[in-house]
Amino acid sequence: MASNGSSTLSRPLGLLAELTHRCPLGCPYCSNPLALEPKEQELDVATWGRVFDEAVALGVLQVHLSGGEPAARRDLAEITAAARLSGLYTNLITSGIGLTAKRLAELYEAGIDHVQVSIQDSDPKSADHIAGYDGAFTRKCELANEAVRLKLPLTVNAVMHRANIEHIGEMVDLALLMGAGRVEIAHVQYYGWGLKNRAMLMPERAQVERAIATVEALRKRYQGRIVIDAVVPDYYARYPKPCVGGWGRRSLNVTPSGRVLPCHAAESIPGLEFWSVRERSLADIWEHSPAFNAFRGTSWMKEPCASCARREQDFGGCRCQAFALLGDAAATDPVCHLSPDRAQVSALALVQEDAPYSYRRM
Amino acid sequence: MSEQSTIATPIAPDARPRLPHGVRLVHSEAQGGWVLLAPERVFKADAIAADIVKRCTGESTFAAIVDDLAQAYSAPRERVLADVTVMLRGLADKKLLDL
Repeated sequence: MASNGSSTLSRPLGLLAELTHRCPLGCPYCSNPLALEPKEQELDVATWGRVFDEAVALGVLQVHLSGGEPAARRDLAEITAAARLSGLYTNLITSGIGLTAKRLAELYEAGIDHVQVSIQDSDPKSADHIAGYDGAFTRKCELANEAVRLKLPLTVNAVMHRANIEHIGEMVDLALLMGAGRVEIAHVQYYGWGLKNRAMLMPERAQVERAIATVEALRKRYQGRIVIDAVVPDYYARYPKPCVGGWGRRSLNVTPSGRVLPCHAAESIPGLEFWSVRERSLADIWEHSPAFNAFRGTSWMKEPCASCARREQDFGGCRCQAFALLGDAAATDPVCHLSPDRAQVSALALVQEDAPYSYRRM
Repeated sequence: MSEQSTIATPIAPDARPRLPHGVRLVHSEAQGGWVLLAPERVFKADAIAADIVKRCTGESTFAAIVDDLAQAYSAPRERVLADVTVMLRGLADKKLLDL
């Protein structure tokens, strides 16, 4: 599987299927774009079925049924069945809202393999405030109960930021209590909604350092009981994250209306031409779409990336972040300590403000 | 199989290892081999690892699996026992296997 701009194209492993952008929650760090796609443009079940079959032929092993809130689609069970029929490992990424016990049982029947539910905090009141939705916390716990009763494997996803980063220990305890086998400690990524709310979400350095130490201690304490996946938050990292494992290398993302993106934030980069599954096959898009080829491999890189020993390890970091912070999508991700613009990131991390969130709304 | 000489916690001979719900071993033509699929994870399995995991059906005992593998690979049982213990313990620690 080549990844260095040679003629051999790698095969994707994962497909993020954004079934809808509709969601009852308003999390201020939502990974959806600021311009949300309306219900009328959503792909139908038959088209998703075709996309899943094409994905398997391309090498994709896992599909993440996501959104928005995927349960906002009444035909979610049919979409799930289509995913399983194609042979994909089918993962549901949900807020838990709108998934009643009856609906979860339907998904179980349809063959869902795994459920990932988000939590906003360990404290119900704070959690509902962050989600912008009263009662969300309780309903998430109910969904988790139901998933465990059905013996569905459960992951809890906890997005960390200044308001909840001190509660990592309690949130991992909550995940255990909910019956999760795995917990993801994911720090806010500053694109779209997160970028809009950056000053309200940015943790302090001391908080980040405590969080890293806490995760280490928790991993030791809970070894064999719960898997803890965590990464260092971007703005405090020494090296950039290898965004989506390399542009156009490991995964693809289909938006509710069928546009195919190398990553969920890719539309934030102006000038990229995205193709749609309505007009073309997934294989055609993967291989020939201008957006996928824009930053594939290493030939697009500038210095210091171009001659860096890590260029095929972190792939220059995140293109969306380079654009968001520097206005140049081909620049080295400024999170990298080797970037000439690193000081700018450190300065931005100091900009913190306790103002109300701009909640994500349609 | 693992080259590690790590001493793994022994597995009871009458344990019946099985893949939990949400973990599946599949053969992908496009990826050209066996893969173990788990929540948000993909593990490529070589032919031997796949051969071991295929036997973890919840029906055979651990002792029987080791006997079977020792015979299939004409390898000393003690060596097979050590290697398979390390591998299955590793999977169980990652919640990829019920022991």
